Amino acid sequence: MSLQVAITHRQGTFTLDAAFEAPPGITVLFGRSGSGKTTLINAVAGLQRPQAGRIVLDGQAVFDSAKGVFLPPHRRRLGYVFQEGRLFPHLSVRQNLTYGRWFAPRRARGAEAAEFDRIVEMLGIGPLLERRPAALSGGEKQRVAIGRALLARPGLILADEPLAALDEARKSEILPYFERLRGEVPILYVSHSAAEVARLATTIVVLDQGRVIRQGPAAEVLADPAVTPMGARAAGALLVATVLRHHADGLSELDLGGVPLFLPRVAQAPGSRLRLRIAAHDVILSRARPEGLSALNILPATVHEVRPGDGPGAIVSLDTAAGRMLARITRRSAQALELAPGVACHAILKSVAVAPEDIGTPQERAT
Amino acid sequence: MDWLGPEEWQAVALSLKVAIWATLVSLPLGILAAHVLSRRDFPGKALLNGIIHLPLILPPVVTGYLLLLGFGPRGPVGALLEPLGIVFAFRWTGAALAAGIMAFPLMVRAIRLSFDAVDPRLEQAAATLGASRVWVFMTVTLPLILPGVLAGAVLAFAKAMGEFGATITFVSNIPGQTQTLPSAIYTFLQVPGGEASAMRLVLVSIVIAMGALLASEVLARRVQQRVSGA
Repeated sequence: MSLQVAITHRQGTFTLDAAFEAPPGITVLFGRSGSGKTTLINAVAGLQRPQAGRIVLDGQAVFDSAKGVFLPPHRRRLGYVFQEGRLFPHLSVRQNLTYGRWFAPRRARGAEAAEFDRIVEMLGIGPLLERRPAALSGGEKQRVAIGRALLARPGLILADEPLAALDEARKSEILPYFERLRGEVPILYVSHSAAEVARLATTIVVLDQGRVIRQGPAAEVLADPAVTPMGARAAGALLVATVLRHHADGLSELDLGGVPLFLPRVAQAPGSRLRLRIAAHDVILSRARPEGLSALNILPATVHEVRPGDGPGAIVSLDTAAGRMLARITRRSAQALELAPGVACHAILKSVAVAPEDIGTPQERAT
Repeated sequence: MDWLGPEEWQAVALSLKVAIWATLVSLPLGILAAHVLSRRDFPGKALLNGIIHLPLILPPVVTGYLLLLGFGPRGPVGALLEPLGIVFAFRWTGAALAAGIMAFPLMVRAIRLSFDAVDPRLEQAAATLGASRVWVFMTVTLPLILPGVLAGAVLAFAKAMGEFGATITFVSNIPGQTQTLPSAIYTFLQVPGGEASAMRLVLVSIVIAMGALLASEVLARRVQQRVSGA
């Protein structure tokens, strides 16, 4: 599966002029509201016809303004998970789930039943099958919506801020399902939440005012200081660590590019690989190796770039043994520490977010 | 129905036949017109809307006379259809046509409201799941507008049962041919000693109208429950 998009569309004073490619995995369209994310994903779905450009899905042009090609949505073999679920109110959960199957290419009865059972179990919606959508909670609705999209056996799943309407608890209920889907079917996922992006993305396409300002593998894009204005508070690094052992005092020891990292006990067994997000504002810098500090996790680093922000802050990008990382400090500190490209320092990690599931690395997925 | 005389019974049966045909034949057209008015934008939409609603505002006699001009034996449409064996003038079919046209705006209004209430985003969702336009309509739109369609049909049926002015102008008042319930009541009231017959027909009218209304209420409630899943 591959997706190539290059379209322009003008709507009032807003111009969308975007081109990107989505390799396998989860490609997140990331940007503020109004940056054109939804227009872009609707163009891929065929719900909106752009004025010009080309959209190629798996080698087939589903839209090509030069040749006058425009495939209607029902012939694009997609599964779309909308922000508000959009379940059919007059059908039961079971009928909602099997809706797309009427139109998907036929398969053996047994295989269809097995697939249905597998997806129902994966999403934990077995007890809901005979209910009506009106009797479901927000999180349940969204799980059914994911199942409905999957069971249409799409070549690509589109998701437009599928978690935005949910509270934090429901969000963490749904996120793992998308993580599980990552290996199953390619996903184009719209979000303006840096936390979601960091957890899910294989590839990130950053949109700003209708233009793609950056695209690439998730770890690279998130550690790019140029992207930080998009969500400076949440900017940070995405690193992959391996669980080494669990200690008796409730800590787990992880290996982060050769540096030991101690975190409160993680659920994964030794040997499994984890995705870590280290927010820029959770990193403190020190020139000398700090002594007598309560922080457990200190990484040797080299300054790659110092980028002053609009306010009193600055974003420092660092090269560590584990990869590129960002630190958000004040400009005053940056001057006091004489930080400049090439300067050696130490990064002290105040906190680290762990994706609760073993999700592999983008590199592994790409092969 | 022993208490109805043969002539009265004839009028009731004819009216039921006329109203049922008028409703059934105009229903698909009503759904189509409501769909176009609710969902499409095109030049001349206001004009179409006006034409559909005209029978509601015009004096019924005017509508009947226009029908006579158009669909009568010498009218352009009437002359065109006559070789095909379709005759409206002074036949029950003409009464059904008149009743259908008079009831059409009421039907379209009711159905249009239910079209307006359907969330187009549900139809988009169905399309992304592989449903073509026709399938989207059959599996999503139609079930969701069903309560409105029922309401429109009952309203049209009641209106068709009661239609008088356009019918009598277009197809006259021939017993057994075009003498519908209202025409019969009118006729009985014109002859001495006809009050008893008229009164019986009035009672029948009330029973039929109430019956249709109650049946549609019950049906609509059931459909609504199925649709909203409450």
